[in-house]
Amino acid sequence: MSLLATPSRSGRRALPVNPVTKLACALLLSLALVLSLDWVSATVALLLELPLFLMAGLRPRALLLRTLPVWIAAPGAAATIALYGRVGGDVHFSFALATVSDGSLQLALATLLRVLAIGLPAIVLFVTVDPTDLADGLGQIVHLPSRFVLGALAGLRLVALFVQDWRSLESARRARGVADRGRLRRFAGQAFALLVLSIRRGSKLATAMEARGFGASPSRTWARPSVLGRGDAVLLAWTLVIAAGAITSSVVAGTWNFLGR
Amino acid sequence: MEPTGAAVRARGWGWRHAGRSRWALRGLDLDVQPGERVLLLGASGAGKSTLLHALAGVLGGEDEGEAEGGLTVDGGHPEERRGRAGLLLQDPDSQVILSRVGDDVAFGCENLRVPRDEIWRRVPQALAAVGLDLSLDHPTAELSGGQKQRLALAGVLAMRPGLLLLDEPTANLDPGGVGEVRDAVGRVCEAGGATLIVVEHRVNVWRGLVDRVIVLAPEGGVLADGAPDDVLGREGARLAESGVWVDDRLPALPPRRARADGVGEPLLVANGLSVGRVAGRTVASGIDVGIAAGRALVVTGPNGAGKSTLGLTLAGLLKPVAGELRATEPLARGAGPVPHRWRSRELLTRIGTVFQDPEHQFLAPTVRRELEIGPAALRLPVPEIAARVNELLERLRLSALADANPFTLSGGEKRRLSVATVLATRPDVLVLDEPTFGQDSRTWRELVAILAGLVDDGSAVVAITHDELLVRALAGGELRLSAAPTEPVAPSIGRPR
Repeated sequence: MSLLATPSRSGRRALPVNPVTKLACALLLSLALVLSLDWVSATVALLLELPLFLMAGLRPRALLLRTLPVWIAAPGAAATIALYGRVGGDVHFSFALATVSDGSLQLALATLLRVLAIGLPAIVLFVTVDPTDLADGLGQIVHLPSRFVLGALAGLRLVALFVQDWRSLESARRARGVADRGRLRRFAGQAFALLVLSIRRGSKLATAMEARGFGASPSRTWARPSVLGRGDAVLLAWTLVIAAGAITSSVVAGTWNFLGR
Repeated sequence: MEPTGAAVRARGWGWRHAGRSRWALRGLDLDVQPGERVLLLGASGAGKSTLLHALAGVLGGEDEGEAEGGLTVDGGHPEERRGRAGLLLQDPDSQVILSRVGDDVAFGCENLRVPRDEIWRRVPQALAAVGLDLSLDHPTAELSGGQKQRLALAGVLAMRPGLLLLDEPTANLDPGGVGEVRDAVGRVCEAGGATLIVVEHRVNVWRGLVDRVIVLAPEGGVLADGAPDDVLGREGARLAESGVWVDDRLPALPPRRARADGVGEPLLVANGLSVGRVAGRTVASGIDVGIAAGRALVVTGPNGAGKSTLGLTLAGLLKPVAGELRATEPLARGAGPVPHRWRSRELLTRIGTVFQDPEHQFLAPTVRRELEIGPAALRLPVPEIAARVNELLERLRLSALADANPFTLSGGEKRRLSVATVLATRPDVLVLDEPTFGQDSRTWRELVAILAGLVDDGSAVVAITHDELLVRALAGGELRLSAAPTEPVAPSIGRPR
């Protein structure tokens, strides 16, 4: 459950960035990059994103491991587009429904770069977010209802127990003599059992939270201040540069195509 | 600085959970003065827990149930006095709210609108009060059960409650953890004037700490109320009968019979066994042990020593990480010498497992159907299934609950049912993980009598336990696991070599 591991606070960079800013920047980048499907904007964005990756404070190995899903997904998506994307220009290869043409290859390249340009910064921004800090930010800066934010935060902790529960349920079914046949039905039954177990756990957690005065008054104080500082300004400014740079360069180069035309 | 104790007053108070015909608690008249320390006793189902939840103001509104009469904390409705009372619950795992120690302790203060500076003054004080010497950034996921319980207590203390409510705070802890929590509460009581109400099956844990014992009657109202020695002296026998653990009235150990033939025949043999749940992560190694017909083996050792993992491995549910676990022919009966390769149905008549959390092993919507699952998987004839199920329902006092949903049973009933489901297929070897954990003395007595009877009838019983009394009652071999390499302690049993 490395995705849910708590990053250490001591590993913070000199210029702290609020998780809310990271969330906003990741959204901003995705928005800017889904507007057009072309290779120029994606390439420019990727190049401009490099400093972001270097300053994220992740070791190269950790960076590679965390972003592995993107490195796998991007070529996968590109290969699909190359085979089944819109046909245009010379046709190189054709089999059944699959046709590889100049047009589809170009689209494939654009897709590959785009998945990387959106996926990599999103992961880099998110793996360095501590869920508690994000909840603090969403409550204090975005002013989302604290009941919702803290409920979700506490619930997130339960997700880590899923794997453990699943294993126990599996052993228990084997011990009860019902694990030999009907794999699909067993899976469904076990998933339902996990759901029941999780709901029971959730309601216990809710009682524990109420026992500590959660929801006793409409407002609350926050033990950890969530503030915006210079780091947030820098990250946001650079994100705007990336977005503007990517869009401008592709318009100038004439490759801009709004939503793939 | 220290909070003053809160006063509690009940007048004809009762509560009925939504959808139930029976009142959880009824006709309660009670006064608790500020600063009193009360141990609240009563048979299982007498509504002790309900009362604590009500005092903490977390019982819920009208859709959760129906109240009658009056219950006040400091003269006001408990829901309006939230924060005046702090409640510590039984299950350590479901009380951890945030991922870092400091944040978790601060959580209650935030909800009570305590200013930030004051919160961070209180947090270290509360941690010190419960004896948790950890950094504020320490991950809560890495705490032991006893530590989690003390953390939750610190979270409650930081709220500076005038009324401290403890709902079986040590039921799920090993003996070390029980001591930790009791001592922490003791220190808190010394220091402050808060009113204390504890619910617990085990009287001896709290006897020295409280100045008043109140016994709730199962049919409603108060059965006995007074100084601990008076109440326990007068009501001791009745309390013990109803399931309360009274230290000078421990349940009698079951009589043991002369053993059947074939005793000592080895069934399972472990040589240099290493066990782990996840491939490559060994939690215990170098285990040499034999499990023999008509003998009991208890596995003891501190939390985290790998006892449960060993249990699952012996039960054929986990693959050994290294070493050998071999079933002999009298047990294997043609299924092969490697238990974890047996089919699920082949396990049923050979090795039965009772899990630590009974809820993990429940599959059916009613108690009766739950008991039928094993025999049905064996494809026994229908009359035979009915006969076995009826006999077990009778023997484990579950007949009245035959149509109830297993998840709605009480803790003791769930435990009895989980044992019964295993007995239904009559396995030669029984593996039980903490079968007596958190049980009242009545359920304890019944369980132990069944287990001892099984051993005397020639079954092999493996029990993973912290319970000294169970170790004595089963009178078998003991395998003590430690963080260090493992060694069997006397008497070593059935080890053919």
